[in-house]
Amino acid sequence: MKTPRVVFHLAAFAICVLAPFVGSTSINLYSAFNFEIPFSDNIDAQILFIARIPRVIAGALVGAALATSGVVLQALLRNPLATPFTLGVSAGGSLGAILVIVLGFSVSSPFVPTVALASFIGSLTAVSIVYYLARFRGNRLSTNVLLLAGVTLNSLFSATIMFVQYMADYTQSFYSIRWLMGNLDVSGYTPIISALPLLLVAFAVFCYLPRALNVLTLGADSASARGVNVLATQRLAFFSASLATGAAVAIGGPIGFIGIIIPHAVRIFVGADHRVVLPISASLGAAFLVICDIGARTILSPVELPVGVITAMFGGPFFLWILVRNQQN
Amino acid sequence: MDTCPKPTKLKHYLIIIGAVCLLSVTTVLPASGEIPRRIVSVVPAVTQILLAIGAGPQITGVSSFDDSQEVASLPKVGALLNPDIEKIFSLSPDLVVLYKNQIEEHTQLKRARIKTFLYHHGTLPDIPKTVRTIGKHIGKEFEAEQVAVGIETELRKLKEQTTGLAKPKTLLVFGREPNSIRNVYASGGVGFLHDILEVAGATNVFANIPREATRPSSETILAVAPEIIIELRSKHATENNINSDNNAWKTFSSLPAVKSEKIYVLTGNDLVVPGPNVAHVAKQIAELIHPEAF
Repeated sequence: MKTPRVVFHLAAFAICVLAPFVGSTSINLYSAFNFEIPFSDNIDAQILFIARIPRVIAGALVGAALATSGVVLQALLRNPLATPFTLGVSAGGSLGAILVIVLGFSVSSPFVPTVALASFIGSLTAVSIVYYLARFRGNRLSTNVLLLAGVTLNSLFSATIMFVQYMADYTQSFYSIRWLMGNLDVSGYTPIISALPLLLVAFAVFCYLPRALNVLTLGADSASARGVNVLATQRLAFFSASLATGAAVAIGGPIGFIGIIIPHAVRIFVGADHRVVLPISASLGAAFLVICDIGARTILSPVELPVGVITAMFGGPFFLWILVRNQQN
Repeated sequence: MDTCPKPTKLKHYLIIIGAVCLLSVTTVLPASGEIPRRIVSVVPAVTQILLAIGAGPQITGVSSFDDSQEVASLPKVGALLNPDIEKIFSLSPDLVVLYKNQIEEHTQLKRARIKTFLYHHGTLPDIPKTVRTIGKHIGKEFEAEQVAVGIETELRKLKEQTTGLAKPKTLLVFGREPNSIRNVYASGGVGFLHDILEVAGATNVFANIPREATRPSSETILAVAPEIIIELRSKHATENNINSDNNAWKTFSSLPAVKSEKIYVLTGNDLVVPGPNVAHVAKQIAELIHPEAF
């Protein structure tokens, strides 16, 4: 019996709404919502509204962005192993962030945090290079070149990151390694607000894409024969997925695994139709990362675990269990 | 009659043996004293100790992070993660100071029969102990004892000055993302920075975390509610950066430290180096925590 789609969305919504009420410290909800106490004197309210709610929003947005980017890129590249990080976007973003951390640059902007800005610039650079290399092979993007250029750029940026870390002093090296493990503790709304317009544009394009992606997975020629503008679809898919990935990495760092396990887990449950897979991946990606982040902030409290470690350590075996169970059925 | 020359011969032998013994003693003496003439230090804390005990002229190579004027012109030989063993060999050292976990380099130097001193990062009382041990290794026991006693006396004096005073909850930060309170690195309940806070008359808000460094979440920082926040920065931080950076704390307006504007920044490259300046750093911190006592 297939689970009704709405159940996924409701469950994900419930997880995201309840998540701020779980944390490493116990807070008094009555005080937190007592608006007669001045905000600057209300520790419970500050923990809830400054520490936890932004963190859950960041987790939900990043999880949804990475999961949907995974779906879009797997369709675009017609490769089930594609992830949001395959095309070098996250490595570019990471390099940007790590350069700022190691070189100690600081932009005094109240609107965009320096590291997030540098990360996004890094992602844009990677996207531009990959697109430049893969553009105009006939009337479509060459997915092979896209894939190979992305993988090569990934290695190149990763090597540069290693070089920068190697040359940095150990505090900076440690600090940058920790950044690469992912962190959703945004401590305020600024990183979310600065990335939100980019994510909204990407999500809006994702809403338009599913039908074209369904046809594109049959192959570019078949899609063309069915009246799909292949080049335009490929461009939209590539740029929107890259935009979402770049924004997600700028908020939370390169949090791995979501972009590959969520799309495949969703396909196991609901089939391959992108009109269904894409929205459910968004919801489950959001819920999955929010749950992992609850683990990150509570398992070893008051010491925090990197959320990227949790997504891989718990997400991996969970995905394998789904896979095995599905095969047995 | 035959016996007559025998005592003379014996005497000659004795004289020769005596001379050989004397010669061998004089030639061995410097070796047995083993006062290193060419020291290479990969550890900035030890380089500072060597300078403090007057062994500066014996230093022939330093780590990439040693930036004091006295060693600025000396060859740099890398550091913890990237020691340049070839360069170390090229300086023909007779003593190399390494970190205890640089096992590979230690083995190579041992193979080349070059003496090593293995440094281990410890607590505050370990610093004068390290000074004394290094002094013994390089024949500067007297100078080392003076420096070690100096550190101990200053720390004891500080402790006396702050004993009996209120111990404000203090957060000691040594790293975070610029212009935001993300990825904060703070002193945990182990190590010399934690000990400095104790000596300076403060309560470390993360004293219960058995690590040298901890990365608290914003929730944890809000929950522990520090009354004083002290940030340690390198010399590269400019005043503008520091001011705009400090504004980031205002997001956490419920923190007593933010309300009373007790957020302080100390700049200097030796703030997090467990070397001979540690008592001076402790005093700087104590003056921020208890200005009334100084």
